[in-house]
Amino acid sequence: MSAGFLDHQSWPKLQKPMGALPKPEIRDKVPARRTLQNSVQPGMAPSEFPKPVANIMQAVPFWKRLLNPDSAFKGLMALAGFFVLAIVALILVELLQRSSLAWQKFGIHFFFGSEWDPVSGAFGALPFIYGTLVSSVVALVIAVPLSIAVAVFVTDMCPRLLRKPIAYATELLAAIPSVIYGLWAIFVLVPILRLHVEPWLMKYFAWTGLFTGPAYGIGMLAAGTVLAIMIIPIISSISREVLTVVPQHQREAALALGATRWEMVRMAVLRNARAGIVGAIILGLGRALGETIAVTMVIGNAPQIAKSLLAPGYTMASVIANEFAEATGDLYLSALMEIGLALFIVTIIVNILAGLMVWTVTRGTPVRAHGQ
Amino acid sequence: MNRVLPVLALLAISLSAAAQTRLNGAGATFPYPIYSKWFNEYHNMHSDIEINYQSIGSGGGIRQLQSGTVDFGASDMPLDDTKVKQMPTPILQLPTVLGAVVPAYDISGVTAELKFTPQILAGIYLGTITNWNDKAIAATNSGVSLPDKNIVVIHRSDGSGTTFVWTDYLSKVSSDWKSKVGSNTSVSWPVGLGAKGNEGVAGMIRQMDGSIGYVELIYALQNKITFGSVKNSSGTFIKASLESTTAAAASAKMASNDFRVSITNASGKEAYPISSFTYLLIPKQWKDNGKQKVFLDFLNWMLSDGQSMTTQLNYAPLPATVKEKELLALKEIK
Repeated sequence: MSAGFLDHQSWPKLQKPMGALPKPEIRDKVPARRTLQNSVQPGMAPSEFPKPVANIMQAVPFWKRLLNPDSAFKGLMALAGFFVLAIVALILVELLQRSSLAWQKFGIHFFFGSEWDPVSGAFGALPFIYGTLVSSVVALVIAVPLSIAVAVFVTDMCPRLLRKPIAYATELLAAIPSVIYGLWAIFVLVPILRLHVEPWLMKYFAWTGLFTGPAYGIGMLAAGTVLAIMIIPIISSISREVLTVVPQHQREAALALGATRWEMVRMAVLRNARAGIVGAIILGLGRALGETIAVTMVIGNAPQIAKSLLAPGYTMASVIANEFAEATGDLYLSALMEIGLALFIVTIIVNILAGLMVWTVTRGTPVRAHGQ
Repeated sequence: MNRVLPVLALLAISLSAAAQTRLNGAGATFPYPIYSKWFNEYHNMHSDIEINYQSIGSGGGIRQLQSGTVDFGASDMPLDDTKVKQMPTPILQLPTVLGAVVPAYDISGVTAELKFTPQILAGIYLGTITNWNDKAIAATNSGVSLPDKNIVVIHRSDGSGTTFVWTDYLSKVSSDWKSKVGSNTSVSWPVGLGAKGNEGVAGMIRQMDGSIGYVELIYALQNKITFGSVKNSSGTFIKASLESTTAAAASAKMASNDFRVSITNASGKEAYPISSFTYLLIPKQWKDNGKQKVFLDFLNWMLSDGQSMTTQLNYAPLPATVKEKELLALKEIK
């Protein structure tokens, strides 16, 4: 590469109109280090380039730097970031410390054991891990299509007059406390599931093995449904924001090419917004993994691993909420702490997987010429 | 600022004057209504004394007492010797009131009150009796036509003293239960659905046809929930009531200074078999003499005048024999 590359005068002058550059008199006041780059002349060897001032910050005393609004802001932000890390680290340390007794007794088998017996002191976390994951997956299966449909409808299909009320109503769902969802589920959702939905599922889908056994109403399916309702506002409102920022001309271009409404949404809108939508789903999943009270009220609280979604289950957050207040033995408490640790680890793993998913989704070109 | 300062000063003075002695306790949720009534009444009589009680659960109360963050604890379940040894000072475990746990059910078409034997209850909760038309249930409830319907078993999902009393009773009446499940505030249930709190269990029972669960007597009385009578160890079917609960405590044999007896399956003819004490956990040695005097005075009052307030709140009062023993045991608090 020739040194001429560094000479801005040799650059083609179509990046910015001249009006955007600082006026000459202002340019003169720019500190020297800003102009160092420009003093490189054509034909200079790289070793002859003027050295930049080592670090201009070192020339100014520390306290003065603190007063500088830029540094102060930077420091404040760094502190905020550090706090988040420190809190996460402290949680991890505390969980490890307090669960050490259970760890010594059960070791790694704690995470794969399926017995939970406070009387005999046998503890295993597997049914709880299973319940947390399955109820969250059920919630996603129900919530994702619905939320995206709501978002697409609000941004691209619905009459302008309805836009605000619908958006407002979905966001209102997020403000309802989870115990209210739980009570509503017990008194409204569970009877509907038991009397209408579950018998129907058992009749037509029993062959899948997912819908067998007595229809209590209460169980994994009820928990997943409540969770779905709770995460719909999160996924749909973020997706809506993402869809809104898809440039209008993309839509117009698709329509101009003869796309139908549906093709336009699929090719021009959803394809552009997919990374943001996946992000919204991950946020919803995070909420589903940690939700406690509403799930506890309808999942049935039986630590078992059943293939049927109609059977009762148990989640990690639920068992901690249920048993922590009255747990007396040291090992019992320690086991509950280790459940907390398991929840922590599962959340991290799920987040890493989700991150990988975002990466695979966004790796491709943003828009393909044909929507195949 | 000139106006605020005197107000603040006044506030500070009034606060320090209002509560010269302040005691803190924490523990069981079951006796919380009666405890807060007692502490409130006592404060009305002695305006300079304030006793705070946090109903954070028995386990939490025990932990706080152990770490010395509260002056006294409260538990639905007496502490065993190993737990007592972990306490910083020796403690007196003092029964305050009695509770009972009742089998509640909902079977559509059945209006008659059901009778339960210990074998039926254990069988249902072990999962060996699964249908309401089971021979054992029919034999005890002759004259009641029970439907051919699966039994939906409901238990508490949150750790609780109620579960402890229920499983303690089942352990006493069924050797199978004792060896397979045992007794604790949470156990590994062989069958059934878990619901949170008395209200959760009651709500689920009301909704599900053919269901049975257990709730506190107080909760059942206040909410008019149907519950059955249980056969006690002298062979009579007793429906839970405040009187039959007190009767169970009266028939219990206890030492003069150790009140850690389980009164489930009590032998008295009038005794309701699924009853229990709830306890205050009081250090025997106090560092602060003032606090110790105040609390001792409160305990004396609680065991005499205080006991008459229990029935308004549907708690069963202590029988006279137990009260006398407890008043004597208070001498150990120094």
